[in-house]
Amino acid sequence: MTLRQITEHAGEWLRGAGPHSDVVISSRIRLARNLAGYPFVNRAMQRQRMDILETAKQQITSSHRISDSLFWVDMRDSPRLDRELLVERHLVSRQLVSAADDSPRGVAIGSDETFAIMVNEEDHLRIQVLRSGMQLAEAYEQINRIDDALEDSLDFAFSPRFGYLTACPTNVGTGLRVSVMLHLPAIKLTGQIEKVRRAARDLHLAVRGLFGEGSEALGDLYQISNQTTLGRSEAEILADFEQTVVPQIIAYEQQARAALLRDRPEQLDDRVYRAWAVLTHARLLTSEETFALLSHVRLGVTLGRLDAIDLRSLNELLLICQPAHLQRIMGKTMNPAERRIARANLVRQRLGVRRTP
Amino acid sequence: MDRKCDKCNRRATHHSVEIVQGKKIEQHLCETHAAEAGLSIKAVNTPINELLTNFVKLHSGGQAMTAAQELVCDVCGLTFAEFREHTLLGCPHCYQAFERQISPLLERAHDGGGHHVGKVPRRCGSGQDRQEQLTQLRQRLDEAVTREDYELAARLRDDIHRICPPSPGSTERSDIPGN
Repeated sequence: MTLRQITEHAGEWLRGAGPHSDVVISSRIRLARNLAGYPFVNRAMQRQRMDILETAKQQITSSHRISDSLFWVDMRDSPRLDRELLVERHLVSRQLVSAADDSPRGVAIGSDETFAIMVNEEDHLRIQVLRSGMQLAEAYEQINRIDDALEDSLDFAFSPRFGYLTACPTNVGTGLRVSVMLHLPAIKLTGQIEKVRRAARDLHLAVRGLFGEGSEALGDLYQISNQTTLGRSEAEILADFEQTVVPQIIAYEQQARAALLRDRPEQLDDRVYRAWAVLTHARLLTSEETFALLSHVRLGVTLGRLDAIDLRSLNELLLICQPAHLQRIMGKTMNPAERRIARANLVRQRLGVRRTP
Repeated sequence: MDRKCDKCNRRATHHSVEIVQGKKIEQHLCETHAAEAGLSIKAVNTPINELLTNFVKLHSGGQAMTAAQELVCDVCGLTFAEFREHTLLGCPHCYQAFERQISPLLERAHDGGGHHVGKVPRRCGSGQDRQEQLTQLRQRLDEAVTREDYELAARLRDDIHRICPPSPGSTERSDIPGN
């Protein structure tokens, strides 16, 4: 499996399945780990970063307990477009791709894209597991197994008082960050997003837009993640999501959807079909507009108002409409104006609209 | 009666009294101006790093923190002032070197949590002294290689290998002549 082969389809986590997939797009867990006996990445010199990269790479690629099938991407010799592609697929962070070109760093990716292990990002190791729908328990089980396998031959920096030691003190302790990506169009349409923020705040959780810190909630997609990593166990952190916050937000969204259906079915259908009409006929589309329109179509599909497309294809469109994917599919680099044309063409093609002059 | 904000006409929600060199200094601020002064976190979903930066800034004015600026981690050489600027620590030992200064910060960032609860690595075997010694030796080795002092580098490499034998297939230190 190579990077080229993964481009045209969405990974496991976007297949639109899994429990509560009408609201929960994906479950993501990451662990921050550092090798004992080395400075953290920001303080390590080039040669030490090389050592860390080689040591970690060797352990990751030789351990059969991590996965039967994975591939390694060295960021130093990857073209810019490939790196962007990985960011759009949520397999690596913006920080990893935008470090100095010669800075030793890389990522191991499971062929099914359920996991990725970044080496030399902010911490020596950032292990991440992604699943579609609400599957935190399964995701934790997998990440814990990967962590155990790495631990077989790597000494992690750990202190009994502070737990797993990380470069930024906001990750110290469990090093665990749980993120659940939710599609909340009805809550947004009915102006109740504040309710979500309140539910999250009570448990000291953060609410962010699709691409993490500081980004807009494109396509009504929100990410809920924990901020506390010290003083609470992995099980307690997971329970906040599984038993409290996520079920509560799913219930809010479902109530809002039911209310739209009951009280304003014409307005609802109008939104859904206008979005469909634009997507199937537009000749120029920006990513922002595409995300917003796909969000309304998705709402229509989950409520059974529109059956021309399934969730998996919609999720796939969300992914491939992004700049790097678009350019890879078209096989050439394109400026934003060219991308708008290509995006509209691709969307019409994927939505099964016959080419018209 | 409600007190007004020192900087505007809104109601003050943040009150503080500080004694500086025997003089009492009172401060009353509304939500917005308190947030501006770094005294409160206004946004609901403040990115966590911003929270940390605000907190570090807020506590940097006090005398204890001014003295702490001079603190240095004796393993990696990071100063507390550098930590304040970048909010990143330099090595595992920094947690010990700056323990007094970062403990309140950790409690604030982790909703009161100050002690680790949860998974403990099975392989906790190698002692902390050994790990710190390794970190130091590797730093010195890099400096030696940069200075092209290969004699010292070779000695340091041997010291490292005595503490931590290279694993088969490891490419560690292949850049030193004579390896």
